[in-house]
Amino acid sequence: MYKIVRKETLTPIITLMEVEAGRLACAAQPGQFLIVRVDEEGERVPLTICDYDRKKGTVTIVTQAVGASSREICALEEGDSFVDVVGPLGQPSEFISLSDEQISKMSFVFVAGGLGTAPVYPQAKYFHERGARVDVIIGAKNADMLILEEEMAKVCDNLYICTDDGSKGTRGLVTAKLEELLAAGAGYTQAVAIGPMVMMKFVAMSAKKYNLPLVVSLNTLMVDGTGMCGACRVTVAGKVRFACVEGPEFNAYDVDFDEAMRRQAMYRSKEVEADHKCRIGRGR
Amino acid sequence: MTSRIPRVPVREQDPKVRATNFKEVCLGYNEEEALLESTRCLGCRKPACMAACPVSVKIPFFIEQVKKGNFAEAARIISIDSSLPAICGRVCPQESQCEGSCVMGVKGEPVAIGKLERFVADWCRENNVKFTEKKQLNGKKVAVIGSGPGGLACASDLAKLGYEVTIFEVLHKPGGVLTYGIPEFRLPKDTVVAAEIGNVKTLGVKIETNVVVGRTITIDDMFDKEGFDAVFIGSGAGLPKFMDIPGENLNGVVSANEFLTRSNLMKAYKEDSRTPIYVGNKVCVVGGGNVAMDAARTALRLGAEVTVVYRRTEKELPARAEEVYHAKEEGIKFRMLTNPVEIVGDEKGWVTGIKCEQMELGEPDASGRRSPVAVPDSHFVMDTDVVIMALGTSPNPLIVQTTPGLERNRRGGIVADESGATTREGVFAGGDAVTGAATVIMAMGAGRKAAAAIDEYLKKKK
Repeated sequence: MYKIVRKETLTPIITLMEVEAGRLACAAQPGQFLIVRVDEEGERVPLTICDYDRKKGTVTIVTQAVGASSREICALEEGDSFVDVVGPLGQPSEFISLSDEQISKMSFVFVAGGLGTAPVYPQAKYFHERGARVDVIIGAKNADMLILEEEMAKVCDNLYICTDDGSKGTRGLVTAKLEELLAAGAGYTQAVAIGPMVMMKFVAMSAKKYNLPLVVSLNTLMVDGTGMCGACRVTVAGKVRFACVEGPEFNAYDVDFDEAMRRQAMYRSKEVEADHKCRIGRGR
Repeated sequence: MTSRIPRVPVREQDPKVRATNFKEVCLGYNEEEALLESTRCLGCRKPACMAACPVSVKIPFFIEQVKKGNFAEAARIISIDSSLPAICGRVCPQESQCEGSCVMGVKGEPVAIGKLERFVADWCRENNVKFTEKKQLNGKKVAVIGSGPGGLACASDLAKLGYEVTIFEVLHKPGGVLTYGIPEFRLPKDTVVAAEIGNVKTLGVKIETNVVVGRTITIDDMFDKEGFDAVFIGSGAGLPKFMDIPGENLNGVVSANEFLTRSNLMKAYKEDSRTPIYVGNKVCVVGGGNVAMDAARTALRLGAEVTVVYRRTEKELPARAEEVYHAKEEGIKFRMLTNPVEIVGDEKGWVTGIKCEQMELGEPDASGRRSPVAVPDSHFVMDTDVVIMALGTSPNPLIVQTTPGLERNRRGGIVADESGATTREGVFAGGDAVTGAATVIMAMGAGRKAAAAIDEYLKKKK
């Protein structure tokens, strides 16, 4: 059992949890994810690792209650436990293989959309601690949906907030802010975007105009998360890749976002939902 | 005197009924049937059946006890060599192993060794008879990676020899392919699989789930930080293969691994499951192995009309004859000499059909097998909502990538000798992780051999 030692309600539908998982906490690196199950009947839900504390043996995850399984996760309380937490899964961010000296010469811009703010946090922290210049753009629907603002402010040089309704920061999309900064000659050497698939697609279009290298983290469907099922197949540079073991991070300019978005919605589309009832013995 | 009675048929669920449920197809022998069938065994002095068993179960000896009605003793004899008899009795390809070598089969039908093994194991479980005989703990620790048949066999042999064994399993439930791959209607999970894994635990084996070796901990950590003296890798062959044809990423194309994992491990076949599964109205399964049959029969039970597409002829189908027979009985269609070349979809990116070409068998190749060649201009499209790719699997490279000194062959398997010893000292491997996808019993055989080799190695090492 994996005990929830701290729970924080970040917004009415976004919850942060610090969970006991000793070995996982010791092994986790920025860019990786984990999978949780709420109970014996639970779905395997992949979540990015938002933070880890090797001494305490805990990992931090952030969940947005959007579907049945994520609502169940958010409904857990401090002191409750997950039946399963497995990870770290996927490849760590490729930049962690760089030396501290190399990192210190880099200038990052992170673009975080909604829940994507959570996985951006450990990366921003990691590179900021090692002397890189780190700017972060967070996009959210409105001020109420904004998460980790204070925490993020501590691990970056400049934090820009964009909301759809202007209730906080600039009114508008993250891509507009990114292009504004790039047009003003911000001098970034690397961009990283994590958020909804559609946001990452448009960030790629913006960054490309300025030839800025961009890495994205793909939150594809998956069952096992270890390369067994292939539900996470994405086309990258014309080749089929498994996001769970070869990703989740890829060079944005190689990703077929339209296919990725379509595949992500596979079990969400109406016909499947209508179909997902017990059909055993139908018509026989 | 041995009677000349024919092989006792085994009772099965009616095909029409079972096509609509997930209950076990084969009902097994009852006591009377088992007793009768056991009398057909000649008790050969040089038993060919035993030699053909990858784990060398003392077949004539256990059947001798069945004849006398000593079912517990029969089970004890089996338990010396196999900790998973209720599983093996159900899923082993007996026709090409023990039963394939039975002298009774020369002129007639071989003894139903598999069904007898299953009867004995089921009898034990139902009567709560357990075998826990083991040597005193010797103070040495062995880590086993993977709780599939190879890992379980290796772990139970080592536990019996007095080793402290911990199995590390990546999924949330132990059993490997027994749990995520083979469907309920061939291998019941809560009764049979859970019980036999429970028996392995009774021997003192610890199972830790949710551990990704290579990520959560490495093999180096096992030696350096966790104090293990040897490691057995039985991580199987988990990576699904695809055909690399256009349209394979359309919505509705899934690997057999994904389809079966959703249904078996995540119980998506049940109404209240929170993991979704989709079959639409028509399902096309590509491939001809046991996994293809499992996927096809699962899709059928979920209400789809199912066609199996295979590029050679029925004679070459790699699946067990019994599985093919059962599938046909249940109403699955087979299209032989058919090779998919493209998957076609609608404007929303969902599968609508599968474009195939007709094949014919050409001249025998170097291996003597007649390889299929395409008939020119023979393309046609079959309507389908879902395509399940059951083309085989290959070993996951993660452990090799994260373990210095461990080598991998060109096919992705871990390099290991006959005993299971790898290129890294103290690390042994066996089963699909070495050979690529094979059978439950071959993996168990490899696990047993490696257990013996680990025992040798640790005794010498002192």
